[in-house]
Amino acid sequence: MPVNTGDETVSKQENSNILELKGASKRFGAVQALWNVDFAVRTGEVMALVGDNGAGKSTLIKGVAGIYSLDAGEVFFEGEKVSINGPRDAAELGIEVVYQDLALADNLDVVANMFLGRERVRTPFRLDEASMERAANETLASLSVTSLRSVRQNVAGLSGGQRQAVAVAKAVMWNSRVVILDEPTAALGVAQTRQVLDLVRRLAEQGLGVVVISHNLHDIFEVADRITVLRLGQRVAEYKVAETTQQEIVRAITAGDLQTVPGLEVEV
Amino acid sequence: MSGAATPAPPPPVTARPSNPFSVEAAKNYWQNIRSGDLGPLPIILGLILIALIFQSLNENFLTSRNLLNLVVQMAGITTIAIGVVFVLLLGEIDLSISYTSAVSAVLMTELLLDDFPWWAAIGIALIAAAGIGLVIGVIVTKFKVPSFVVTLAGFLGLNGVVLLLIGSGGTVVIQDDVVIGIANEFLADVWGWVIAVVGVGAYAISQILLHRRRKAAGVSHKAPLLIGLQVVGLAALAAITVSLFNDDRGFPVVGLIVLVLLIALTWVADRTTFGRHVYAVGGNEEAARRAGINTDMIKIKVFMLSSALAGAGGIILASRLRSVDTAAGGGSLLLLSIAAAVIGGTSLFGGRGRVIHAFYGALIIVGVENGMGLLGLSAGVRFVVTALVLLAAVVVDALSRRGRMISGRA
Repeated sequence: MPVNTGDETVSKQENSNILELKGASKRFGAVQALWNVDFAVRTGEVMALVGDNGAGKSTLIKGVAGIYSLDAGEVFFEGEKVSINGPRDAAELGIEVVYQDLALADNLDVVANMFLGRERVRTPFRLDEASMERAANETLASLSVTSLRSVRQNVAGLSGGQRQAVAVAKAVMWNSRVVILDEPTAALGVAQTRQVLDLVRRLAEQGLGVVVISHNLHDIFEVADRITVLRLGQRVAEYKVAETTQQEIVRAITAGDLQTVPGLEVEV
Repeated sequence: MSGAATPAPPPPVTARPSNPFSVEAAKNYWQNIRSGDLGPLPIILGLILIALIFQSLNENFLTSRNLLNLVVQMAGITTIAIGVVFVLLLGEIDLSISYTSAVSAVLMTELLLDDFPWWAAIGIALIAAAGIGLVIGVIVTKFKVPSFVVTLAGFLGLNGVVLLLIGSGGTVVIQDDVVIGIANEFLADVWGWVIAVVGVGAYAISQILLHRRRKAAGVSHKAPLLIGLQVVGLAALAAITVSLFNDDRGFPVVGLIVLVLLIALTWVADRTTFGRHVYAVGGNEEAARRAGINTDMIKIKVFMLSSALAGAGGIILASRLRSVDTAAGGGSLLLLSIAAAVIGGTSLFGGRGRVIHAFYGALIIVGVENGMGLLGLSAGVRFVVTALVLLAAVVVDALSRRGRMISGRA
């Protein structure tokens, strides 16, 4: 996995789309959830995905994660056309999703949660706890997560920010190239939001492509490099954070130009 | 490891042995207790209390003869309770275990009458029990019927099967010496000591290997002094137990069987991927499913395991009585088995509890029964007292859960 080793690598990375969707469409019965959406994430960059409820953010993410199959559209990973037909395909490419509910088992400790379903074993069936604990420590340290008392404490005892950190660490452990975070700061207080935003920033600095879905424009302007705005299942605009304002984004979310009037789309 | 972790700064938790005698460790322990993480503390206090009460009321309670009787009495319930712990860890319930145990025992007895060798009779009976678990597991997972209802049907239906298998005779006597020996044979004195030495030695070696491995991996590990104290403590406990047994009839065969089952299945629950996945399904089924765990398969396997253990428990109970009759699996067997698991600290809501604690729970339940038997109390009094013990255990659990909620560890 590329890590920021020098200026040259960085500038090269900044030009490469690690994950790209072209013309993605998805229909649920009478509802056109996505229509002809282009979307790209670059390495070392945080891409924010914003839009009102029902704009198609979740559908897009679930399409990338292999939970839904797209009706039309092409997916490119590192420039090569790929087909994602299930969560396993996505995981093999290195695409990991951190869902809003985090999917942690409260009764298990941090190590057990990070390795859930992919436990390391010494002999068949026999857990290799020492090696898993070490790897968990290393991953958390590489993300500068230092607020945990012990990786052997149960997740139930963690704060919201710590839980988010564990969920993110769980996602980046597996040679991940793209990490998608669904509303990572939704339930957090000020200090914990700060910690999570720093964490998101560090993921990008380590050369991953990061996608953040959020309703909180303040957070997005703090953490993202680019913003893709969805409205009624269509991509209305893409902005560089440095060249736009919150007002402009709000306008795009609520009244951005559509390619076509909903209900009158061409069949795809 | 992942590239994300390549430029790894030193891990936050380094190879620092945790010193169990430091002020910090004492504070942590107190903190855990205050926040409702009681561990086996209430059980141990309860056991001491029970021993004191019954010994003061009847001086025969703490004799080697009675303690040996206690071990034989509790063997069946302990075996069944181990299976109950697994089912409860999933957040499910199995009400049919008592009659599964009876079906297994009756089947074994009938096969012995048909001149099957003991090993074949026991093997077929255990497979039949596991088959009952398979059916329960498939119905619960594929048809999404709550396990309470499925196993309630099992409770009734299997009771019927017991009556049908036994027929009009009423009682069937077991005549196979090996089967009777399970609960009625005692090992020569020397074997008791062999078991103690092998057991303590194996524990010491496994702890030393674990310590080395964790130290080599650079993760937290126990202080050597603590390991030494634990080994010495276990050795003392083993020596006292064996000399008590040898004072009377010797180490009971059934005690050895239950000991092996307890250790093996505690290992399965704590140290294998299967055990880890059982806890995960009980803690957050959705998280387990998204992690790629086949949750249905885990549930089916657990129902099969618990039913097979119920079958083994039934065979132990039949061996002790040297016969089976139409009352097999009835009475308070079901409730005492579940009570043993719950008193042992297993949560009814899934995900919390340890297999080895089923032993403590059974010890309390059967200890109280045994003590009241010595005092010659009526069945009515015994039920009421047992109920109060169960209630006390559940209330302690609920209070500790509230403590965890308040301290954010729910």
